[in-house]
Amino acid sequence: MTSAVLLALAVFAASAVEMVEALTIVLAAGVTRGWRSALEGTALALVVLAVLVGVVGVPLVHLVPIAVLRVVIGALLLVLGLSWLRKAILRASGHKALHDEDAIYQRTVGELAEGAAGRPKRDPVGFVVAFKGVFLEGMEVVLIVLSLGASDHRLGLAALAALAAVVVVGGIGALVARQLSEVPENAMKLVVGVMLTSFGVFWVGEGAGVNWPGKDLAILVLVAMFVSIAGIFTALMRRVAAPGEPDRVAAPALSEEAGR
Amino acid sequence: MIGTLGRAATAFGRFWWDFLIGDTPEVFVGTLALVGLALGLRHDHVADVVLVPVATVLLLALSTYRGRKRR
Repeated sequence: MTSAVLLALAVFAASAVEMVEALTIVLAAGVTRGWRSALEGTALALVVLAVLVGVVGVPLVHLVPIAVLRVVIGALLLVLGLSWLRKAILRASGHKALHDEDAIYQRTVGELAEGAAGRPKRDPVGFVVAFKGVFLEGMEVVLIVLSLGASDHRLGLAALAALAAVVVVGGIGALVARQLSEVPENAMKLVVGVMLTSFGVFWVGEGAGVNWPGKDLAILVLVAMFVSIAGIFTALMRRVAAPGEPDRVAAPALSEEAGR
Repeated sequence: MIGTLGRAATAFGRFWWDFLIGDTPEVFVGTLALVGLALGLRHDHVADVVLVPVATVLLLALSTYRGRKRR
């Protein structure tokens, strides 16, 4: 039960982060090249991604031995989770620039606006840009859905959580349109990184035959541990100056950033 | 036809390279070492329960420090 709730939350949060990035591109394509083509490109990408989950996920669950699946998928989750966590810590501590959806939106609009005048009703550029944006961002979601869903034999739940994120982010996007910079993306990325890393450690251990104390509850302990570690590392990294750099520029606190 | 297939295979390979290795090869190598550690300690459950999470934290520390801003 615990792992099912955490699994759904992890997939939902990861999908929401990726969908915010995809939405930026779809909005830019829709505004500059027309909504019809942008929405058609988005719909096709979502269908292709859903087919991928079905075609790859179902055989994965039924044909591969569960212990092997858990070790391989745990390793995949660790690579993904540690990368997200590392990036979120570096951003929160000022070592890496924050992901600026407004800047990405403006840049994409600028690029797409060229040649937009006098376009036909169906615009191939708008279609392809929206398709590529949703497909590429969605591929990471597919991997997370497959990994978490297959290792726990809850592919349906994982797919539903991802679908819920698409609907929620799409709905919010339609309402707030260009204010995507308000989304606390780095804080979300940190939460997802913590959850993916915790699941990764748990599944690698399970696959290797570890009897975790408390069974599924061990995931909660791992989550608490990695949240603490992320907080400590963020604080430490704020003090780490680059070689030859006299003073560190004050970086925004994690809580301040979450409020943006 | 062959050109299209070649481009698709290249794009597929590039996706996995960026996804697994990208600019953090230490995460990929460290994860493989972690899996090896977990499998190697499979008969010592206490060591596995303690060492796998601790090794993961060390890997995160190493990779984060490596990614710090430099001049």
